[in-house]
Amino acid sequence: MLVGHQPKEFLLAVEGLTVSFDGFKAVNDLSFYVDENEIRVIIGPNGAGKTTVLDLICGKTKATSGSIQFRGKELTRMKENEIVKTGVGRKFQNPSIYDDLTVFENLEISYPRGRSVFGALTFTRDAAVRDRVHEVAEMIFLKDRLNMSADLLSHGQKQWLEIGMLLIQDPDLLMLDEPVAGMSVSERAKTAELLNRIIKNRSVLVIEHDMKFVEDIAHKVTVLHQGQILSEGTMDKVQNDPKVIEVYLGH
Amino acid sequence: MTDNRFFNRSELIGILLLAVFLVVVLPLTLDVFRLNLVAKYLTYAFVALGLVVCWGYGGILSLGQGVFFGLGGYCMAMFLKLEASSVENTKIQSTPGIPDFMDWNQITSLPLFWKPFHSLTFTIAAIILVPGIFALIIGTAMFKRRVGGTYFAIITQAVAAILTILIVGQQGYTGGINGMTDLRTLKGWDIRPDHAKVVLYFFEVGCLFVCIMIAQFIRHSKLGRILVAMREKEDRVRFSGYSVANFKIFAFCIAAVYAAIGGAMFALNVGFMSPSFVGIVPSIEMVIYTAVGGRLSILGAVYGTLLVNFAKTSLSETFPELWLFGLGGLFIAVVLAFPNGLAGIWGDYVQPRIDRLISLRKPKPEGWTDSSVADGAPAE
Repeated sequence: MLVGHQPKEFLLAVEGLTVSFDGFKAVNDLSFYVDENEIRVIIGPNGAGKTTVLDLICGKTKATSGSIQFRGKELTRMKENEIVKTGVGRKFQNPSIYDDLTVFENLEISYPRGRSVFGALTFTRDAAVRDRVHEVAEMIFLKDRLNMSADLLSHGQKQWLEIGMLLIQDPDLLMLDEPVAGMSVSERAKTAELLNRIIKNRSVLVIEHDMKFVEDIAHKVTVLHQGQILSEGTMDKVQNDPKVIEVYLGH
Repeated sequence: MTDNRFFNRSELIGILLLAVFLVVVLPLTLDVFRLNLVAKYLTYAFVALGLVVCWGYGGILSLGQGVFFGLGGYCMAMFLKLEASSVENTKIQSTPGIPDFMDWNQITSLPLFWKPFHSLTFTIAAIILVPGIFALIIGTAMFKRRVGGTYFAIITQAVAAILTILIVGQQGYTGGINGMTDLRTLKGWDIRPDHAKVVLYFFEVGCLFVCIMIAQFIRHSKLGRILVAMREKEDRVRFSGYSVANFKIFAFCIAAVYAAIGGAMFALNVGFMSPSFVGIVPSIEMVIYTAVGGRLSILGAVYGTLLVNFAKTSLSETFPELWLFGLGGLFIAVVLAFPNGLAGIWGDYVQPRIDRLISLRKPKPEGWTDSSVADGAPAE
């Protein structure tokens, strides 16, 4: 394991994390650590608890026991919107965007200013907001779609838009749940390129099934099985781990 | 650039048309009796406006707006009733100087909570604050615990039922089932004669436009867009760093205050207030006005309210037994066939034709479309 490291170096330290739904332990005594600027990919068979781990970190699900420290702050006791403010951004599995708003408005809502009720009432669309929205829109290949209603985007573009909504928040930890699921081959390549560009100066936690994609981006891979860590390390190491081959890759 | 903080070009035209209709056309064509009827209908338009913000934009269906309409109405009525119950006017009572219904119920002194309503300033503050704070309490209790959707709608209904029972039961303090009747003067100015009715009508229309402008401001602020976003993907808003509960509470409080202003206008224009405007049935009717007008349209809410009430008045005179079925049928038909109500029909069928006519007659100046939709201004 990671005995030699000093805990304070980590951006994210998950320790002894357990959540039980009516006695079923979806995540069971899980501990792992994410470094600054690290790209960590979580893989595992269906029902391994991957999405639940992200839910626990972002506060969507409350932990039964254990701790999640982000830059020394305990996340398990914080509300969802406070967790966002400390610098954790989360992308959902299905593209979660606002269909009735334009691409511009989708991005603008995620701009980290005017998040209180009165802040939102008095929020003005000034040059700083416009520039940032244009900058992010360019990154996510949607620069010429800004005035388009978001429901007219393709599936892949919706995924990018949601990634863009997180980028505009500029989180220190970006969590992505299956970012390339349902994408075409060319969209996948573009997404990998996008991710490689946006991971600078931040840590990323990704859940992904696509092994080719995982190999492309991962610094380190964590394999989950039945709510526990089965194996952890470089892609090479986990691919050659007999336990992993048995439950997951060997299928 | 048309990205004004209050309205875009077509909304401005719509607001002006409504103003002409309410300020010029109706007063010139209707007699005072009918104009006063319109004034009564427009009191519900305040409620419908609030529902557009709360239900249309925020997706929070409240089936208890009658509660806030009633609270506002009763606050106003208490002030007017106290003024009508001067010692001189009530000298035949066993206790002169208190409202007649208290005297009938063997109450011998004015209850403590009635006393501040001698002051008009206090009354106006109470019309806004009492329902606002009540909505804040209900909203905080519900939304902080993530109660929403149908459960919330049912709870608001229960509140409407409870308040009705309370008002009817506490006859000595509230006037019971008959409500507060025989309201006469406002600061000595008689509100009953025809010329007063006309003045009150214009005053009400003025207040309505202030409320419309505030609703427009909310709609065009980022808060308006957050409400829409929340209606669609609540979790995405939450995980973008917003406290969803606070935004819901705000929308609910706005709707409550709007309903209360409507209620106060009702007491002034109609001259009485009773629990029959508080309960479940009137609360649901208020939702129907909004649905018929189009729950996403601020102006649609006003037209919807007027239309349904005109239909109600004329149909209920002709077919008193069938009217309620007609109202129910209308609601179902609108929701099924035209989910965006009158405003939806207008936007989908009428507006495009008008636009085409205009563009046929005079070609658009070059570059006009580009600048008007620049920087993600709302498409509508």
